[in-house]
Amino acid sequence: MKSPRQFLDILSFDPPVLTRPLFDPRTHPVPVTKQILDEIALSRAEYEAIVERLGREPKPLELGLFGALWSEHCGYKHTKPLLRLLPSKSPRLLVAPGAENAGVVDIGDGIAIVMKIESHNHPSAVEPHQGAATGVGGIVRDIFAMGARPIALLNSLRFGPPDEPRNRFLLHGVVGGISSYGNCIGVPDVGGEISFDRSYSGNPLVNAMCVGLIERDHSSGSTQGGTGPRIISARAKSPGDILLLVGADTGRDGIHGASGLASRAFGEQAEMRSAVQVGNPFLEKVLIEACLAAVKLPGVVGMQDLGAAGMTSACIEMAERSKMGLRLDVAKVPRREEGMTPYEVMLSESQERMVLAVTPGYEGPVIELFKKWDLDATAIGEFFTGTNVRIYDGPELLIETPIHILTEAPQYTFDAPKPKWLSDLQAFDPASVSLPEQTPAGILLGLLASPNIASKRSVFRTYDHQVQNNTVVVPGGDAAVLRLKGTGKGIALKVDCNGRLCFLDPSAGTAIAVAEACRNVSVTGAEPVALTDGLNFGNPERPDVQYQLTQSIKGMAEAANALGVPIISGNASLYNEARGQAIYPTPMIGALGVLEDVTKHATAGFKHEGDAVLLLGAASPWDSTAGLAGSEFLATFHSKVAGQPKIDLDLEKRVQQACRDAVKAGLVASAHDCSDGGLAVSVAESAIIGGVGVTVDDEVPARWDAALFGESQSRIILSAAPANIAGIREIAARVNVPLTIIGHVGGTRVRFGSSVDITLCEADDAWRNGFDRATSG
Amino acid sequence: MKFGIVVFPGTWSDGDCHHATSTVLSQQAEFVWHGDRDISRFDAIILPGGFSYGDYLRCGAIARFSPIMESIIRFAERGGQVIGICNGFQILCEAGLLPGALMRNDHMEFRCSWINLRVEQPDSQFSHLTKKGQILHMPISHGEGNYQADPETIATLERTGRVLFRYCDERGGITREANPNGSANSIAGIVNERGNVLGMMPHPERACEALLGGEDGNVIFRSMFTPWRQPADVSQRK
Repeated sequence: MKSPRQFLDILSFDPPVLTRPLFDPRTHPVPVTKQILDEIALSRAEYEAIVERLGREPKPLELGLFGALWSEHCGYKHTKPLLRLLPSKSPRLLVAPGAENAGVVDIGDGIAIVMKIESHNHPSAVEPHQGAATGVGGIVRDIFAMGARPIALLNSLRFGPPDEPRNRFLLHGVVGGISSYGNCIGVPDVGGEISFDRSYSGNPLVNAMCVGLIERDHSSGSTQGGTGPRIISARAKSPGDILLLVGADTGRDGIHGASGLASRAFGEQAEMRSAVQVGNPFLEKVLIEACLAAVKLPGVVGMQDLGAAGMTSACIEMAERSKMGLRLDVAKVPRREEGMTPYEVMLSESQERMVLAVTPGYEGPVIELFKKWDLDATAIGEFFTGTNVRIYDGPELLIETPIHILTEAPQYTFDAPKPKWLSDLQAFDPASVSLPEQTPAGILLGLLASPNIASKRSVFRTYDHQVQNNTVVVPGGDAAVLRLKGTGKGIALKVDCNGRLCFLDPSAGTAIAVAEACRNVSVTGAEPVALTDGLNFGNPERPDVQYQLTQSIKGMAEAANALGVPIISGNASLYNEARGQAIYPTPMIGALGVLEDVTKHATAGFKHEGDAVLLLGAASPWDSTAGLAGSEFLATFHSKVAGQPKIDLDLEKRVQQACRDAVKAGLVASAHDCSDGGLAVSVAESAIIGGVGVTVDDEVPARWDAALFGESQSRIILSAAPANIAGIREIAARVNVPLTIIGHVGGTRVRFGSSVDITLCEADDAWRNGFDRATSG
Repeated sequence: MKFGIVVFPGTWSDGDCHHATSTVLSQQAEFVWHGDRDISRFDAIILPGGFSYGDYLRCGAIARFSPIMESIIRFAERGGQVIGICNGFQILCEAGLLPGALMRNDHMEFRCSWINLRVEQPDSQFSHLTKKGQILHMPISHGEGNYQADPETIATLERTGRVLFRYCDERGGITREANPNGSANSIAGIVNERGNVLGMMPHPERACEALLGGEDGNVIFRSMFTPWRQPADVSQRK
């Protein structure tokens, strides 16, 4: 009888076939040609800086390392100075962002949470299924590299209009990739968002977020004490520590992924296919279990995932963090293809690989443990007292390079002026549009059915959102809620960004993204305690994009400061453009909230006939025309993206506080963020989700378009038993937030004054089936 | 009762099964590695959900060659209780402990959602605490849960009362719409001839607490460790 392992060998994966000639470091001419620099994404000026800092021409392999490490993806050369503006202080922070791969927040009870977003936009544009799948795999490795058990995935996706076949192909490929990878690794996919806009045609956005739980270490062999959560560092501890490479064999897939795909504009997509990695989720699942078991063994001091730029970034950044030199022997790296050059081994982005730093003498049991999981663990190098990386191929020393020169990518600062076209767009007065010909009811149904607003149930149900037995609130409401076993606590998770608003005002739009992500967490009753960001922007060499980047990060900092929530991790994806046109600036914001008592959480749907419907945050149910700026209504029914988005962060903070207090006090039956599509859409959603009708009593004013569909910020729809209204009023008054009773729950119709009177069935059908109708070809 | 929860590479409901049986139902539960052969210390074996060996080749097709499966076959032959959930059901079919096979869902998509099950057969070790026709609310999470077998096998299963659960709507109706994967006769769970091996696609271990959306799954584990005398007419049905 064959062993399971033999069966797997029979089924071994064919490596992707390379059709594109790679830059061959053995024969490359000196001085280097522009063509070669283009291939590794370095500018002539950067090349000259390398020559100057090294005091010599770089060797061919070195040049490849610089291309990877000085790429935007690894080196953050256009964003690092800006990212320093972001707040990173909080009494809950156990590890500051920057010290490790992500910041870590203390939840109490010996539990800590780590989270991060990563983009896989360009790979997904080229090969959507594998691009998205490996995006999930990559972010999950980031999380368990810190010793955290991945407990939740979220994702945020953007595509061009779904009426174009290519965009539907990308959507279905990406969703299929997330589903097949995420389901196999046993991490629930608990939330996310999908929206469509022409600006993403040809350059979809695929951002995956992973949340990990770090528990108190009970093992007696622990070297780090047994009281707090045990966080695994991405560094070696002492000279002599051994570097173990574990997981998959190394192949030729993904070479130049970081420098080529992620860090410049790309035109000929098909030709880049060899730069997309191929994922094996089964191997990832096994790697999670093996690595989380390995870090409990004595002598395992550090761990790091291999992501963009593969061994190059993982090993060299680990040495840099450790403040030690590193000796690496590429001949020891297990390969799945013959004839690979050291250059290819160093730059391969083969998936499902990790490196561990192990105290010498302790590697035996570690290798044994990986063997139990049918995984290879191979010593490929060691740390030493020094500052250089020495890369060998067997006995031959290929390069010896100062680590700090490799890792100190140049930093570009800019101060681009506000573009004139943007001022013009902002000056647009939404009151100048005429009332549409359609009826208010027709527009409400149209918005409920629009693929940006309609339920994404047909997507979420292809993701396992329950495995691990923690999911309390499933996808489809505002934020997902997970319980933390053994504590009585819960966490709420949300990822959010409205790219249209960021396009119209990068600063205010990003502040709104932060506010909305936190608001979505707050409506569940959870207190936002940490944020993570995924920056998606166009080519940072263009002044307009520089302006967007600068303003966006300023807006993010301002909002995070105002709401008192630290940003604990982030990722930047630049050069997102197609046909010379940049995407909307899209800084995805992931928010983490904490519920001290997970049983006291609110959900979005109305619950009981006779409950009052209340609007928290505004004195009138009806929005003004200013609220139409950048709205879904203007974009959908007037094909207009214009106006000046606004947010009052001080009001926002108080509104969220009042909502949390009311939920915690058990006074509300439901709470739902009022956002895309405005009050009418949000109230209708609460009715649809709750399966019960609603009536908003006041007469709708003449500008019913703004009144019903304006998207002014800082508004939350609550429902509550009439007996609880006084209590909620008191809470709102305490923090000086307007509270308005706008209607009541009941019946089988959705009514707004005398303007809208539709059946719940009609609304339900539009909202539940709109996405499928819009996205099935 | 002491549950042995088998862990294959790629299993992911092991922790959930442990949580449901030990934390929620206060039974003893222990993980057992697929490479082990000694399962004599257990009263019941759970083959949990997941993607054993990545479900490459075919769901459960590689896992069934694991050393522990020989022990589980002998354990079942001696009358030991075995429950295979989701991927565990697929492995039991591959191992020949249960008839039939789980094919790709008829709509070709993975499906994770709460569904309704109608109890068809309360006279079993796994369902004696339920009533015939009772509706159980439980999650499913699979891409290949479409139960199929040749017509004779299906007829035998039906005739001998070995179909324990069927997918149904919220009122207990057996409809095409309420069948989430295209299974023959809406079959969601079956037992072997002797009645001591259950395979089911839904996840009872996920329906173990009201906080998570329901606790109907507990009745299945409870039935397993609550003494039950097989009614005379059922024992003679062969």
